[in-house]
Formats: sequence, C-alpha cells, structure tokens
Amino acid sequence: MMETPNTAQAPVPAPVATGNGTPLLEARNISKYFGAVVALEGVSLAVRAGEINCLLGDNGAGKSTLIKTLSGVHPPDDGTLAIDGQPVTFTSPRDALDAGIATVYQDLSVMPLMSISRNFFLGNEPTVGFGPFRRFDSDKAARIARDEMHNIGIDVRDTEQLVGTLSGGERQTLAIARAEYFGAKVLILDEPTSALGVKESAIVLRHAISARNKGLGVIFITHNVQHALPIGDSFTILTRGRSGGTYRRGELNAEQLHALMGGGSELEELQADLEMLAKREARGEDIPTVPIGAEASGEVLDESKQP
Amino acid sequence: MASSTAGSASAPVPDRLRQISLAQRLLAKPAAGALVIVVFVWLVFVVLSVARGNTAFLTIPGTLGYLDVAAQVGIIGTAVALLMIAGEFDLSVGSMVGFAGIVIGICATIWGLPIWLSIVISMALTTCLGAINGFIVVRTGLPSFIVTLATLFIIAGLSSVLTSVVTNITYIPIAPDRIAADPISGIFTWKLSMKFGDQTADFQVSILWWIAIATVGAYILGRRKFGNWIAGVGGSPAAARNLGVPVARVKIALFATTAFSAAILAAIQSMRFSSADILRGGGLELTAITTAVIGGCLLTGGYGSVAGTALGALALGMAQIGIVYASINADWNKIATGALLLAAVVLNNWIRRRFAGLR
Repeated sequence: MMETPNTAQAPVPAPVATGNGTPLLEARNISKYFGAVVALEGVSLAVRAGEINCLLGDNGAGKSTLIKTLSGVHPPDDGTLAIDGQPVTFTSPRDALDAGIATVYQDLSVMPLMSISRNFFLGNEPTVGFGPFRRFDSDKAARIARDEMHNIGIDVRDTEQLVGTLSGGERQTLAIARAEYFGAKVLILDEPTSALGVKESAIVLRHAISARNKGLGVIFITHNVQHALPIGDSFTILTRGRSGGTYRRGELNAEQLHALMGGGSELEELQADLEMLAKREARGEDIPTVPIGAEASGEVLDESKQP
Repeated sequence: MASSTAGSASAPVPDRLRQISLAQRLLAKPAAGALVIVVFVWLVFVVLSVARGNTAFLTIPGTLGYLDVAAQVGIIGTAVALLMIAGEFDLSVGSMVGFAGIVIGICATIWGLPIWLSIVISMALTTCLGAINGFIVVRTGLPSFIVTLATLFIIAGLSSVLTSVVTNITYIPIAPDRIAADPISGIFTWKLSMKFGDQTADFQVSILWWIAIATVGAYILGRRKFGNWIAGVGGSPAAARNLGVPVARVKIALFATTAFSAAILAAIQSMRFSSADILRGGGLELTAITTAVIGGCLLTGGYGSVAGTALGALALGMAQIGIVYASINADWNKIATGALLLAAVVLNNWIRRRFAGLR
C-alpha cells in the first residue's frame, strides 16, 4: 500500500493531475425529480484521474440522489453523464460498473452474513468447470480476496469469516479493495466515514488517498468538512438539490465550506444562543428550563400537582 | 481525526481476527444447531422407547417410517429454505400441493390425458403460479408474507372451485392400474419393500427425492454463482442490485422453484395414494418454514443452510413418528413441533452470537 504521511495535519502530497484534461466522469446539469420533489436541479460535477473530488452537502442536500444517478441506479430526468468526454446513458448499476464506476455505499456495500470472499465476488463470481457443472471457484475467490485485502492493509486469516464480524472501517476497506480489484476507474465513496470512529475514519481516508495516487478518480461524499478538507483536490457543494459551485483546494477554509453547505448560519445562531446563555448566567438570571417532552405534549409542570 | 493515527500508521487494524479452533469453526456453520437438535430428538425418543418398552423407533421399519415423513416435508423445505435465504416467504406452497394434485387428477381422469402428461401439465402450471407469486412480490415491492398469504387463499379456493365444477367432491380418485401402466409414474411410486420377521418396511422413493433435492439445493447454495446471489439478495437487495446481481430474476426463479417442489410432492402423493385431494399440503407451508428455521435460516434472510433444513425436516419427522411409536397421544405432536422450533431458534441464536461472532 502506498504510504502517505499524515492525512490531516501534514500537507497532503500534490495531486497527480492538476485539474486539467478530460474528466474521467462528468455530470452536466443533472436534474432529478421525484414527483413534485426537486431532488437535483442543474447540478454539475467532474472528477479527473488522480483527483479526489469531495462532494459536500448537508443531509437532504441531494448527495445520495446525485450518487445514485452517477452509478446508474436512477437515470437523470435532465442533463448528461459523460465518461472520458463521451456522453453515456446508464440503465442499471451494472452499466456503470462496466464503465468503471464503482460505488461504495455507506452501509449497503457488504453483506454482514456472508463471508469475506463471497462478499468480495458477489455479482462477479469466478467460476470453474464446464457446462452445467460450472461452479463458484471458492479457492480462487479466497486467494484473491486475501491478497487484495492484504495489499490494502488488512490481514485476513480466514476469508470464510463472516463480514459481520469485521469493524466498520474494515467493511469499507473490503468494499474499496473490491472496487479497485474490479478495475474501477472512478471510485465513489458515499459517506464512508459517517458511521466510523476517529481511527477507522483515518484508515478510510488513507485508502481514498491511496486510490487517488494509483490514478483513480475519487468522488468522496461527506457532510464532514474535517474529513473533506485534508484530502480533497476539489470541492463541489450541494445545497437543497442545487449546485453551490466547485472550488479548488486552498480556495476555501472550513468556515467558508460550512457557510456554503448552508450549515454556517445555523452554527452562527447556535453560537449566539450560547453567548446569550452565558451572559444571563453571568448576570445571575435563571436560565429558563422546560421539562423534556413538555413542549410536545403541551403539558407544563404545575406546582400544585407536585407532591 | 488524524492525531490518533500516528501510532498505527504502518499497520492499520490488522489484528481484529483471532485464531479459532476447528470445533468453533464447525459450530459457526449455520447447520450446527440443527445437527444438535437432531441428535437430541433422537436420544429423547430412544430413551422414551426404552422406557415405554416399545423399541419400534429404533428398528429399520421405524427409521424408514420417519424418513418418509421427513422426506415429504424436506422436499418442500429445501426450496423454502433457499427462498428464505433470499429474504422471502412462500405461504402458498401448501395450497400449491393441493392444487398440483387436483390438476393431475382432472387432467388424468376427467380429460383422460396420459398420467405422465398430466404430471407435466401440473408441474408447469404450478411453477407458473410460483413465478406469478415472485412477479407480484418483485413488482409491487410488498412483503411476500402478505402476497403469498393472499395467493394461499386464491390457490386453495381455485382448487375447490375446479373440483366442485368438475366432480362435486374435493377428492379425485385415479385408477391404480392406469398409474401402474404409466411409463413415468414409477419415479414417484417406487419403493423397496423389506421383510423383517412378520413386518414389512418400505423404503419409499420420496426419501431419494428428498436426498436428491437437498443435495442439488446445497450444491447450488454453496457452490454455484446463483447460490452466492441468493445469499446476497437476502442480505441486502439494494446492495446486491448495486453490485450487478439480477435481484428480481433471482427471486422469481426461487418462487418458481418452490412451487415446482410443491408439484413434485403432489405427484408423489397422488401417485402413491391413487388420488388427488384439495386438502393435501394444508399447513405444510408453516411446517416447511419451521424446518428452515430449525436449519438455521434467518427470518430476515441472507443466512441459512440447506443441509440444516434437511436436518430440521429429519428432526420433525422423528418427533412426529417417535410420538406414535412411544404410544404417546398424537395430540402431543404439535406441542413437540412448537417446542422444537423454540429450542432450535434459541440454540441457533446463541450459536450465531457465540461462534459466528455475529451480534
């Protein structure tokens, strides 16, 4: 595995590509509607070889819909997808996979109740034998799964072990190793760190960088600016289904990214509230408290009902 | 985020997998619980037989008796288990046994078709019904529990309507000499009769069907690409679809297979008893699910075993016949089945957590 120094504090090595050239995968003015709901409108996104594009947006911004459009789950209602500059139409996830676009979904990429090697090859099973006796080549599957997991930094002794016994980071790693093995040119990571602890997130971020350094285009979806900033070469912002622009590394800091994602104002309000409370406390005023649930039920604690 | 990675930078979490013994690995198999249950049931009835002075359970005729009962459940159980592993139920499978028998009866007696052709038509029609089950489930996205509950009533009703229109009774006799003369009926009626003193014991062909179907089922689940798809579809249909597995096709194929297995059982029963009866197969859907659950299949799909399901059928067959041999009132049958199911679920659950490392 390609060793990179630190992922957050130390500067990340310069990207292989500098943002020129034809994008591996490009979405142009994508729109997607679910009935009256505008999920996406006029969103554009591009990722080049050896580049990490971070797709940032708050929950409900349309990140998942955009990813599903890129990976062939939902055809867009408007706009085009292009691979190496050539327009394409995906009618199924299989089409996208065949075009080299591999998506690693947050929780949905591995089967906890299946073994590591079976997970690795689900949908792409190697077979041996002829005619009606063509069967799943479990030896080959186990060997390759073990080797690929080793290459990416996880030693698996028994590939028959169920994936449900692995940690969240290891599961993401399995999904990433699988995508790389099956010749992905573009790796889409959908909120890979949102359910992970600090240490495990670092491992996944490291794999994203490693894939970038191998020349893959990586689209990294997150609402966590702290995870996006250290690894991203470019940042595409989504707010309420619309594009908030794409920025190169170094053009924005964390606060600006937060503000663009639409979370900035909420964070400012929170800050103001906290300051007000602190002032009141300093003046010795009672801070108003409401019992939990009282607001919802409309029931306010009544002195007379107290024993 | 990164400050904590410094120490482990060179080797990211490599040591989460510990060495486990062979015994633990065997116990981690989904069928382990069912094997324990079979041994337990066998021992219980050995003790009961000896205590009550009737050792018929231990004799070859006794054994062949419960194997035949187990086989009839097991033929359906294999397909039901595969369907459950793919995350779906088929509550209509019992009514399909009745329906398939009625189709054979009507074709062979009312329309005068050859027996073999009647069986082929019955299998084709029933398999189509299964595919329709699957199609409705896949297209509507409704839980198969509800869809097949509906088709249970529809198919059972259809059988009644057909028979009442054609014969006015719920039972269609088929001439035994026609069955005997048919070129293919032998594969459903063959039996090996053995003499033991004044007793005869029949090794019924149903046992061979059961073994063959379970073997093919286990081979498909464990060794074929399609088997991997079955487990994947049950584990997470969305993820399987994203990985390129044809989820809808897998499910429809399994519903069709389940119906086909019902048609096989119907052929065996109608040939053996020289009749078709709409009541046959009633309740079998729940018995088949019971064997699959004893065999380690999860109700939520994605996990299970064909071998375990066969063992589950064996345990149920033993209990059912063992109770008779031990001269216990047959009313205890259902209690035994329920107790077995409960014990198996608790045991399987514990094994999964303790040995397979799943929470």
